Amino acid sequence: MATPAAPAGGARNGAGPEWGGFEENIQGGGSAVIDMENMDDTSGSSFEDMGELHQRLREEEVDADAAAAEEEDGEFLGMKGFKGQLSRQVADQMWQAGKRQASRAFSLYANIDILRPYFDVEPAQVRSRLLESMIPIKMVNFPQKIAGELYGPLMLVFTLVAILLHGMKTSDTIIREGTLMGTAIGTCFGYWLGVSSFIYFLAYLCNAQITMLQMLALLGYGLFGHCIVLFITYNIHLHALFYLFWLLVGGLSTLRMVAVLVSRTVGPTQRLLLCGTLATLHMLFLLYLHFAYHKVVEGILDTLEGPNIPPMQRVPRDIPAVFPAARLPTAALNATAKAVAVTLQSH
Amino acid sequence: MAEAVESPGDPGTATPRPLMRDLKAVGKKFMHVLYPRKSNTLLRDWDLWGPLILCVTLALMLQRGSVDSEKDGGPQFAEVFVIVWFGAVTITLNSKLLGGNISFFQSLCVLGYCILPLTVAMLVCRLVLLAEPGPINFMVRLFVVIVMFAWSIVASTAFLADSQPPNRKALAVYPVFLFYFVISWMILTFTPQ
Repeated sequence: MATPAAPAGGARNGAGPEWGGFEENIQGGGSAVIDMENMDDTSGSSFEDMGELHQRLREEEVDADAAAAEEEDGEFLGMKGFKGQLSRQVADQMWQAGKRQASRAFSLYANIDILRPYFDVEPAQVRSRLLESMIPIKMVNFPQKIAGELYGPLMLVFTLVAILLHGMKTSDTIIREGTLMGTAIGTCFGYWLGVSSFIYFLAYLCNAQITMLQMLALLGYGLFGHCIVLFITYNIHLHALFYLFWLLVGGLSTLRMVAVLVSRTVGPTQRLLLCGTLATLHMLFLLYLHFAYHKVVEGILDTLEGPNIPPMQRVPRDIPAVFPAARLPTAALNATAKAVAVTLQSH
Repeated sequence: MAEAVESPGDPGTATPRPLMRDLKAVGKKFMHVLYPRKSNTLLRDWDLWGPLILCVTLALMLQRGSVDSEKDGGPQFAEVFVIVWFGAVTITLNSKLLGGNISFFQSLCVLGYCILPLTVAMLVCRLVLLAEPGPINFMVRLFVVIVMFAWSIVASTAFLADSQPPNRKALAVYPVFLFYFVISWMILTFTPQ
């Protein structure tokens, strides 16, 4: 069967370079892992590299498919070696499908590998970065270093979610855990991702030298102060204590973030805009989590239980009776708390 | 499943699936979780039947009856399900990104099986809630949930810690702690209508 073999061989040779070219591209796809060596945390260009790589792979696929289809059309019209053509076509398609699936699976795996360098931390590093997030540095003349990692910020966001859920525990009322869980996760992740993106956009407008990853890391570590304040004040319900911690701890972590941003921005107006926005959002978020988040939760509880129970009863603002030994002016503090709650509710 | 179906022999004969063998494997893993030792049975022969059974049981028990509101218990079941599975997936991704050499499904298997103590806690809480409510009721439930929470963490650490580089064990265990904390919170705050 030399006659059908010859055109088949010819066509195969014609398709060979494309197949060989594919193998080269797969090797280029293999370098998706190697590309990570070029990544440093001051350039976000690795994502563009990966995107270009995938685009090239797809374009080559489309081109090779079109070329193979044209060739097979020509052979079919020629009516030479019909059976060989069909079997080759089927094998061709199966190979293409398998290769497509393999490259898709590989790109999925490679996407996980993209995040791997951001999780390359030691416990001691995480601990020191947590402590440093509360210490504002005064040197604003040259850009301060921001560690571009995502493990610490991600864990802090999850911790904040857990603390918010812990603060919602009540003993008697019925709670819809799922709705509260969704609200807590949405609030925390929304704040982290949304405010980071917004400040990154402002930083772009103000010509500040900061990348998205660094902004995510900075804001994530800034949530450490929030976690501390909320953890303490959900267990000790004292308004004066909360205001003190809000100013002290919240203020320290905000000052730290502001100092870092100031060191990376030029120009007084830009500095004011960027840092003022960040400080406002950060401090107001803590206020929101302590006061209005309770209202959101009570709104959910109200819709579940109906208006029978007045919401004031479930505001955990009363100083518990277990603190008589502290001789606090509980009546005065309770009155203050109720007045604030009434003011908040009236708005 | 880790094990393949047994050779069916003739195409015409109806060979039953090795159900008893699968159930025995699941039961054996339950025992390994309840008495955690340094063994890699859970890792070697991983399967997701046990986690599925436990997750479904937990989600069913955390449901409320549909008599209290027009919103029935459907969404609650789905949300417990989603929280358990997405929490397990997140922890798995985290431990892989930290450089662990455990496979994706092995980690899911271990995390799912280690929910067993918390499921037992849920059962106990439901029984305790049949008694009259009060602070003693709450303290008993709190104590049971805390003990089972610690048990879950110890069990999962015994299996997962070996797969991490030795200096990063704390980084991998912390999200596991948060995950079981959230599940324990759901169990503790459950009050039936």
